[in-house]
Amino acid sequence: MTILEAAKACGYEIPSLCSFNHGECNQGSCRVCLVEATGARGLVASCVYPVSEGMEIRIGSPAAVDARRHSVELLLSNHNKNCQQCDKNGHCELLYVAQLTGARDDAFAGEHSETFIDRLAPSLVRDTSKCILCGRCVERCKNAHGLGILGFENRGFNVVVSPAENRSFADSPCIQCGQCVNVCPTGALMEHSEIDKIDAAFRAGKHVIAQAAPAVRAALGEEFGYPIGTPVTGKMAAAMRRLGFERVYDVNFGADLTIMEEGTELLKRLTEGGVLPMITSCSPGWINYAEYNYGDLLPHLSSCKSPHQMQGAIIKHWWAQQNGIDPKDVFVVSVMPCVAKKFEKERDQEKVDGIPDVDAVITTRELARMIRRNGMLFRRLPDEPWDQDIMGDYTGAGVIFGVTGGVMEAALRTVYYKLTGKEHDPIDLTAVRGHEAGIREASIDINGTTVNVAIASGMKSAKVLLDEIRAGKSKYQFIEIMGCPGGCINGGGQPYVRPVFLPDEDDDILDTYKEKRAKALYSEDERQAVRQSHNNPQIIELYEKFLGEPNGHLSHKLLHTSYAAREGFNEVK
Amino acid sequence: MGGLKADAVAKIREICGRYKDEKTPLMMILSDIQNEYGYIPLDVQEIVSEETGISVAEIYGVVTFYSFFSLEPKGRFVIGCCLGTACYVKGAQQVIDKFSEELKIQPGQTTEDGMFTLDALRCIGACGIAPAVSINGKVYPKMTVSQVREIIAQQYLIVEKEKEKEGVTA
Repeated sequence: MTILEAAKACGYEIPSLCSFNHGECNQGSCRVCLVEATGARGLVASCVYPVSEGMEIRIGSPAAVDARRHSVELLLSNHNKNCQQCDKNGHCELLYVAQLTGARDDAFAGEHSETFIDRLAPSLVRDTSKCILCGRCVERCKNAHGLGILGFENRGFNVVVSPAENRSFADSPCIQCGQCVNVCPTGALMEHSEIDKIDAAFRAGKHVIAQAAPAVRAALGEEFGYPIGTPVTGKMAAAMRRLGFERVYDVNFGADLTIMEEGTELLKRLTEGGVLPMITSCSPGWINYAEYNYGDLLPHLSSCKSPHQMQGAIIKHWWAQQNGIDPKDVFVVSVMPCVAKKFEKERDQEKVDGIPDVDAVITTRELARMIRRNGMLFRRLPDEPWDQDIMGDYTGAGVIFGVTGGVMEAALRTVYYKLTGKEHDPIDLTAVRGHEAGIREASIDINGTTVNVAIASGMKSAKVLLDEIRAGKSKYQFIEIMGCPGGCINGGGQPYVRPVFLPDEDDDILDTYKEKRAKALYSEDERQAVRQSHNNPQIIELYEKFLGEPNGHLSHKLLHTSYAAREGFNEVK
Repeated sequence: MGGLKADAVAKIREICGRYKDEKTPLMMILSDIQNEYGYIPLDVQEIVSEETGISVAEIYGVVTFYSFFSLEPKGRFVIGCCLGTACYVKGAQQVIDKFSEELKIQPGQTTEDGMFTLDALRCIGACGIAPAVSINGKVYPKMTVSQVREIIAQQYLIVEKEKEKEGVTA
């Protein structure tokens, strides 16, 4: 046990940058948490120094207080302190420890490193002037994905944390999942904000339609002081309506639509001898990974677009038609727990006749920023329903898309029905449920045929399943893969979980927040009257009036996509 | 990765294979590649990454940390000027500036004809003979600005002698 942990157990919070430590920095190199300890030479970093029997620790001695302040002042001496323009403001751990330790302005004024901002990637922005070289992002990329896109480069004053060759994320095999953003203590790594695009669309008089993903409701409340795991669906719909969107839809409808298409595709592959195992395609981080690293396995991917893209296509080509509006005047905004969706919407393969399905993607965090900017007191908003004209009705199956195993469960509910003519009883398929990274597997008996399925989240886990397929040893028919560990509830666009800013949460919140968010989704699933995508009345109507059949001609045009292998380190022009 | 020839790719894989049983093989692999080819560009690092499972960013970090490793081809003669403390106070900065002026390159660069690379080194442990310059391993003690031109000329002589020898044997 370290001094830092022991102090916490005794009711002391030593100022430190370890709010998101969690084994992702064990270097003790920032020196912010220095204390005096008997038996030690000089001051020690409490985050790495172990406690021992009889040790006396002084957090408040003049030497320790001075040393901690100096450590922070040294970090600040090479830091771009334009805090008022920084989107991390309010969540910045460096600012927090600066205030806590009483760091003085420019105590160690001197030279600054040469810095730059990488804005080339649609999902991520890297501002080296804000980087304090803590290395949490480096560790997260390795731990979550086994990828290690980011590393330390050069030496001494010239060190940067960066993709190789100080490249842009856009010119490296980065999957743009944003897990690095979630752990960055400062504004060095951020999502590529698209709030400006939405403002511009309003000014241009477009029909601005918004749609929100399932996992957003499980976490948005955290931005407004609700305990982690509080679903805020009704207030979120109310807030989005008050932001001025002409319609506010739940992407759960798109999720139900995805199940109809993906379920049908799976049935076809199972019965007509298609490429198996089939792998889900909802997670754009995972798609990026596949295109960079497993170009040979792309035929295994479902050709289905992700739910928000499908729904965007339906808005532009069905809703617009029904309302007598030119699709070019419709501007679709997706609110996502994800930053990779920002990349996904830009793909050429996600356009229909040159019209993109979705025009802007904002994260859960960006939505919260817009809500605050527009002066709404979120907690005082009424609970309102989503718009449900033509579409927007949804089932419990759509809700659980936001957690690892959810797409699998939703699909199996429908596939089981299609093959047997009966609903699976019980509705819940708990064997596929979870909320952490890693691999789960299950076997489902359908009419005497056993269907073997597997679920993985985080590319480190996915790699195991993919290598099995490559080696011809996979025993599965259907695999769900999500980019982020735990699925969308832990996406790169979700509210930051920084214990130091969450005084009311339990000490072990870093171990439990994913489970709490997942529970919020499963509870909404249980509350739904209809819990299978194929029983969604508006979905049935959509096929009757517009699409025809799942996997039919129009479906293929609007709702399906294609993939292409990509070179990781491409030529930089 | 298209730029590499098949035999170079095979050679790099062979070098990686030499250290399969080592716990931390990266430094040895990179040393061998540096010695074999004189530099370690990104597409070579990608192969090392594939073979070892170490990420490209991490390999790139090691290559850029140690001045022994180079990302670009080095010249026929690598002039290393020590800028350690002892050499620095004895005027090493003026010496490297003079090399820079004569060769028309900055430290870290290579002349267009591929003859010379100029490197600024940290202490090379030759403080007793400061300021020290090392050229392809040969150390020149107590360097002065006025010697720089002559030393450059000496390297050209070496090349000419080599050519003559080749001429005789041919």
